[in-house]
Amino acid sequence: MKADDLDLKPLLLVPALLLVALPLVGSFPTWLTLTVAGLAMGMIIFIIASGLTLVFGLMDVLNFGHGVFIALGAFVATSVLGAMGDWTGSADVWRNLMAVFPAMLVAMLVAGAIGLAFERFIVRPVYGNHLKQILITMGGMIIGEELIKVIWGPQQIPLPLPPGLQGSWFIGDAAVEKYRVFAVVIGVAVFALLAWTLSRTKVGLLIRAGVQDREMVESLGYRIRRLFVGVFVAGSALAGLGGVMWGLYQQSVVPQMGAQVNILIFIVIIIGGLGSTLGALIGALMVGLMANYTGFLAPKVALFSNIALMVGILLWRPQGVYPVTNR
Amino acid sequence: MNTANMLLTLEGVHTHIGAYHILHGVDLQVPRGQLTMLLGRNGAGKTTTLRTIMGLWQADSGRVRFNGQDIQRLHTAQIAKLGIAYVPENMGIFADLTVKENMVLAARAARTAAQMDDARLKWIFRLFPAVEKFWNHPAGKLSGGQKQMLAVARAIIEPRELLIVDEPSKGLAPSIINNMIDAFQELKSKGVTILLVEQNLSFAKRLGDTVAVMDDGRVVHAGSMQALAEDVQLQQSLLGLSL
Repeated sequence: MKADDLDLKPLLLVPALLLVALPLVGSFPTWLTLTVAGLAMGMIIFIIASGLTLVFGLMDVLNFGHGVFIALGAFVATSVLGAMGDWTGSADVWRNLMAVFPAMLVAMLVAGAIGLAFERFIVRPVYGNHLKQILITMGGMIIGEELIKVIWGPQQIPLPLPPGLQGSWFIGDAAVEKYRVFAVVIGVAVFALLAWTLSRTKVGLLIRAGVQDREMVESLGYRIRRLFVGVFVAGSALAGLGGVMWGLYQQSVVPQMGAQVNILIFIVIIIGGLGSTLGALIGALMVGLMANYTGFLAPKVALFSNIALMVGILLWRPQGVYPVTNR
Repeated sequence: MNTANMLLTLEGVHTHIGAYHILHGVDLQVPRGQLTMLLGRNGAGKTTTLRTIMGLWQADSGRVRFNGQDIQRLHTAQIAKLGIAYVPENMGIFADLTVKENMVLAARAARTAAQMDDARLKWIFRLFPAVEKFWNHPAGKLSGGQKQMLAVARAIIEPRELLIVDEPSKGLAPSIINNMIDAFQELKSKGVTILLVEQNLSFAKRLGDTVAVMDDGRVVHAGSMQALAEDVQLQQSLLGLSL
């Protein structure tokens, strides 16, 4: 699609929020610190939410169990990073990254594999019935959490940042945490890969077309179920990656962490427009920034702020910022 | 009619949609290389018949055969791969994709526009100049007539034995309808078998070789288009109109 065909108004939301927050925060260094933290949180949420929004868009499946892949990815990372103590304990940032990247890869593989089984045994029997989807996927998440407790124990497990990713860079008086910059870089890389896949490959075209009109995709001779399974597995793997990043962001993991993040993810995909990847990115950045700004300005309303954000967006655009055409 | 010459046959097809019994034993024959019109009043079951052929709604009983093969239990994608192209009433255009991307999707053998059959693409551009003119535009921004041209162009970007189109003239300007008629006649001259659902009777008369008229979920008349066009009494009894 040509740039002049893109609706630009939603793209202005994030810069508008940044500008509105600056005078409210009052101090540029503090604003910069909060902004980088918000962008990092937003990018992690985007990585988790991108798969879920495509799953809903393609097959109209409400997967409330998505959170279990977040927790699974994070717990797998504790095991992998724990086994690579020499690398994670080193002061050399490259050795740290050589431990973090394999942990991410293994977490994605495990989450993707469990996602394949989740789709086959939990989601597939309830196609076309939203109520059953909500109930059974929530049930699946509870079972998943219990299995995580069986394997890793019920207690909180620390997931400390390797030394090379700890600390901050200082820009004037502003402290910018290294890990948050790392999270933004990974998030941008994931978004670029997703955008390239969706716009430049035939599989991407099929996904975008399937989100709009899956019957027509079938009528052209493509099995959309296979496509959906692929997207579900990829979405689960991305949730696993997001879980590793969220765990490192929080520096600890608990089996219930997926359920805690689930609410934010659904706010994001509703703001973005169900099925829209670009919408999910905008929604995630807004949610991440809003959480950090309100956490600083008015901590008592921080929890409520993202719900208020969603309500405000839906009053403006009832189907989200980028509603998928034909749905 | 000679059954061996039939590309598509439906025998006693019953289809339910939820609790509603829509098709009550449809018998339909589509001769190879001809253009068959499926006529009938609103709610007669024409669209349901097309969707049942494509496997989008499953027939409960009866038989659907294409090229002699029973396709009733096949998946929609498998039916399409046998050589049936389908253009639904809403045209099924992917509005958020460009015209080019719509065409690349329909060309199953091509991964990119550059891999599409160049000669066939040029032929399509000649049949439907709007497809070439708006090649890089979002399909959702085309007019109704341009969307219909894109929908048919997409259906024929690869050789298909049977082209099924649901109400191709619906809501189109007369000049666009003439363009569509020319396109269908050229397709027919190339040996493509066509099954059209239509409400526009003059369109049907100008194009149809054979006709089937549906009422209340059944085919109540089948024969040549010319015979129906010449029999005003029959038209009025079947359709409440005259051609």
